[in-house]
Amino acid sequence: MGEEKKKLQLALYWAASCGGCDVAVLDVNEKILDIAAAADIRLWPIAMDYKYKDIEKWADGEIDVCLFNGAVRNSEQLHLARLLRQKSKVMVAFGACAAFGGIPGLANLHSRKTIFEAVYGYTASTVNPEGTTPQPTLKVPEGEVHLPDFFDDVYALHQVVPVEYFVPGCPPTPDTIMTAVNAIVTGNLPPVGSTIASNKSVCDDCKRKKSDKPKVEAFHRPQEIRIDPEICLLEQGLTCMGSATRGGCGALCPSVNMPCRGCYGPMPNSLDVGADALAAMTSIVDAGDEKTAREKAGALHDPLGTFYRFTLPVSMLRRAPKPVQGGGPPTL
Amino acid sequence: MEPRIGVFVCHCGTNIAGVVDVNRVVEAAARWPDVVHAVEYKFMCSDPGQGLVKDAIVKHDLSRVVVAACSPRMHEPTFRKACAMAGLNPYLFEMANIREHCSWVHEDKEAATLKAIDIVRAAVAKARLLEPLQTRFVPVTQKVLVVGGGVAGIQAALDIANAGTKVVMVERAQSIGGHMAQLDKTFPTLDCSACILTPKMVQVAQHPNIELMTYSEVESVDGFVGNFTVKIRRKARYVDEAVCTACGVCIEKCPKKVPSEFDEGMMPRKAIYRSFPQAVPGRPVIDKESCTYFKNGKCKICEIFCEPKAIRWDDQDQVVEEKVGAILVATGMGLIDPHGLSQWGYGRYPNVLTGLEFERLNNATGPTGGRIVLKDGSTPKSVAILHCIGSRDRNHKEYCSRVCCMYALKFAHLIKEKTHATVYNFYIDMRCFGKGYEEFYNRLLHEGVKFVRGKAAFVTDQAANDDEKGKLVVSAESTTLGEVLRVPVDMVILASAVAPQKDAEAVARQFGMGLSPDGFFMEKHPKLEPFSTATDGVFLAGACQSPKDIPDTVAHGAAAASTALSLISRGTVEVESATAEVLTDFCSGCKVCQDVCPYGAISFHEDTKLAEVNASVCKGCGTCVATCPSGAIVGRHFNDRQILAQIDAAFLWE
Amino acid sequence: MSNAFEPRIVVLCCNWCTYAGADLAGTSRMKYAPNVRLVRVMCSGRIDPAFVLRAFQDGADGVLIAGCHPGDCHYINGNLKTMRRYPALETMVQQFGIEPHRLRLEWISAAEGDRFVEVVNEMTEQVRALGPLAWKQRSAVADLSGSPHAG
Repeated sequence: MGEEKKKLQLALYWAASCGGCDVAVLDVNEKILDIAAAADIRLWPIAMDYKYKDIEKWADGEIDVCLFNGAVRNSEQLHLARLLRQKSKVMVAFGACAAFGGIPGLANLHSRKTIFEAVYGYTASTVNPEGTTPQPTLKVPEGEVHLPDFFDDVYALHQVVPVEYFVPGCPPTPDTIMTAVNAIVTGNLPPVGSTIASNKSVCDDCKRKKSDKPKVEAFHRPQEIRIDPEICLLEQGLTCMGSATRGGCGALCPSVNMPCRGCYGPMPNSLDVGADALAAMTSIVDAGDEKTAREKAGALHDPLGTFYRFTLPVSMLRRAPKPVQGGGPPTL
Repeated sequence: MEPRIGVFVCHCGTNIAGVVDVNRVVEAAARWPDVVHAVEYKFMCSDPGQGLVKDAIVKHDLSRVVVAACSPRMHEPTFRKACAMAGLNPYLFEMANIREHCSWVHEDKEAATLKAIDIVRAAVAKARLLEPLQTRFVPVTQKVLVVGGGVAGIQAALDIANAGTKVVMVERAQSIGGHMAQLDKTFPTLDCSACILTPKMVQVAQHPNIELMTYSEVESVDGFVGNFTVKIRRKARYVDEAVCTACGVCIEKCPKKVPSEFDEGMMPRKAIYRSFPQAVPGRPVIDKESCTYFKNGKCKICEIFCEPKAIRWDDQDQVVEEKVGAILVATGMGLIDPHGLSQWGYGRYPNVLTGLEFERLNNATGPTGGRIVLKDGSTPKSVAILHCIGSRDRNHKEYCSRVCCMYALKFAHLIKEKTHATVYNFYIDMRCFGKGYEEFYNRLLHEGVKFVRGKAAFVTDQAANDDEKGKLVVSAESTTLGEVLRVPVDMVILASAVAPQKDAEAVARQFGMGLSPDGFFMEKHPKLEPFSTATDGVFLAGACQSPKDIPDTVAHGAAAASTALSLISRGTVEVESATAEVLTDFCSGCKVCQDVCPYGAISFHEDTKLAEVNASVCKGCGTCVATCPSGAIVGRHFNDRQILAQIDAAFLWE
Repeated sequence: MSNAFEPRIVVLCCNWCTYAGADLAGTSRMKYAPNVRLVRVMCSGRIDPAFVLRAFQDGADGVLIAGCHPGDCHYINGNLKTMRRYPALETMVQQFGIEPHRLRLEWISAAEGDRFVEVVNEMTEQVRALGPLAWKQRSAVADLSGSPHAG
């Protein structure tokens, strides 16, 4: 204790992610200097070069906190998750992908085989007349090189290693990040397993006006209507995930006329975020008979993609069934 | 502390044990976690069977009880009581239905036994997670609201008031009396409707326990059984009730005439009016919509002639609040809109009347002073009464209107008596099921009334021969003769269908009632509780529940009154314990729950931004629980954990 | 019992209509396929879509949601919420790769014991024709949490 106190040893890592979470860390603006003053950043692939060997050399628990963003969907990401877990006292699932699987988690609707068929076969932007596909191993004059194994499933971080804290968001907002960083720096940490966000939903922060008896006349996608800036988005027929989503973001999206997409994940008591959102959105559809219900509530576009946009791997059903043929894992 | 579960498997004689191997069920149950006691018995619901439960609760220190027997809808109350007697909270009891849902519906003994084991396992899984609940009672306000002042409401109000309980009666018309007041004679006794009704109307007005509010409507209903708060709009009458002597001079002098609702528009009333001469109350009201003074600021003739100076031009609508313990809805019936019946000539030929129009025509206080005449003033030589117009007709109302056959007979008799005209009844079936009704039908057969078994297809004035010239021709297929008849007559009376009041749906919503598919208010049970509704403390009387004649309406009113009285005299009511509860830590005030609650039991607090369930109003349906997107509402006794445990244990999934 | 596939169908139903309808089937001694297990809630409005997902996750081959006919709800209109939830739930369940006949919504009144029997028998045969859903096997996710390195 005291002035000799060692600086916080911090590692940041990205797995199956877009890089947005790393950019979000920079979004704290000048406060990044406070972080730099309080912490030694030991690993940050987006900003600094590193080798596996560097990490392997660290003692177990040498890192105080690892902010791990991105989902885990291949053997390299798994290896690093395990390695960093071993080296870190506190593992933080940072961002929606690490916490819930995130956007990559929607790949759980498919299998490795069907994903490869799509990506290297028939997507609109695929030009691959020779049918070239990546090979897991390749002999080159220098020896054999290996590609990481691509898994059938996308995992949230806690599904592969124990995680102390969850910082949700796509990406986490600067406020959420600073709350987390301050808690870590001051050692004023919540119970293990906590999510660093609100226990209330996004609606708690949303300033929009709600009717006493909210009703949905018809569902729309944001580009289809002129959005009233004052009124609850759900009441305007937008599939706003706010009421089923943990708050803490300050209701950023609804404040700029964009329905909440659910990136802070399920509410603490949620059984399944898709069930939560579906029940809330459709129960208030103004329909008194089955035909109208089918016309109005049935018009909700892509319920699965809307409700589980960031959370499919941590949902109740978690994924779609894999093709049954053969029974074994599909080959590349 | 781990729960200590006792499982009791009933043989129900051979009802269960004949198909399900109860011993195997017991053996299986004994192996499950937390089950500390598992036995079978011949008849669990018998005294010794219940004794087994009570003894085991004490002896084995049971904290949960599962009885595997019949449907919980049959014996859940029985075993809850037994548990309570042994000191166990009754909500820690769970029933497994292995009779109605298993032994009685399956023949394969092996499959039935395995299913029974599954059913009991799911019940044990739920029982493990049950939580004790408090049985709650609230006092009952000693006053009843009667909505509607027809004969049903009058009967009910008098019965309740005579028992010493206060009544508030609300009637939207100027006078009470309802449809019965419009009638001349009543079937089958032919006694005068006014003679038997008006004394009762006067009793209502004079009864010390009845507060009568006519020209008034219920605006809102809040609260719950035993504790309703009702807001009543008392429309401005512009006549000071305390001063008016009901002398009627103002009515006489008023120069403005508008069609009288009471007389089905067949004669005029004034802008200051009472519905009919024997109206109760007798003091008139000014119809603001029609009054010349309100239209152009001139006239005030009524005021000039009013000796006691009772006219109040500045009168305002007033909303009064009443607290009542029970509500009796007696809003009566309407008639099908006759304009949809043009195939039978209504609206096209002046001498085609509805039943109620004929009642006024025939009534001594009606447009002709009771003379049965055609529009040109002449006496009809022949009259056709067409039965089932709009009733028993898939294009209109599928149901039988129940009163038409009998009033058609009554009309036939009265027409014969007064005009000696030839009277034809075109009918599908004669439905004369009440006391003295069939006898009345027989009497009419002997009076020479002509009965044609066949529903009238149409009425036309297009003559096909000389006999039909200047007549209304009724076309019908006689099913007895097997031929199509054309019968020329002077007057046609349509026995048009009884229908729900036009605003029945809004009224149902206001009082928390349902509507049956026919559009009438839905009773709680069609046989055993035809005067109760889905909302405890709200009762039904009369034709608002289904078409009824006067004797049935009076009986229904009296029955509803006695049911309401038993609630009032009980003094307290038990309210639902398995209600919903908001977890304030997780509620963010999205208000979705408020919309889905069928009872308006959820309110939102602007200051805390939290939803709150009024446990006294909540019925425990759990709709809000399933709807809440934030996992912030718990449904007691059917919470998520309990239900999921049941699903998880529904089958042996391996 | 033989090893032939026997569908496992979870019925989520309300107390007042469908459960009572099933009671009526019992008191009338009608016979139907022993492949259903009823989970009773007070109103079909209480049926959280999560219950349906959980049943499939547990291994149900089919799920039947049943309540009072629209307009006849014991709780005035709780069932209308079920009616409004169902179309999107049906779509979502199908997006998960679960065939249409495996999820069904039916209104069965307390007086319709025969309808209950008819629906159960029909659904049992439809699901039997589809074969096992085998959610646990077909959607199995390899457990990667058992790492020797995991702290």
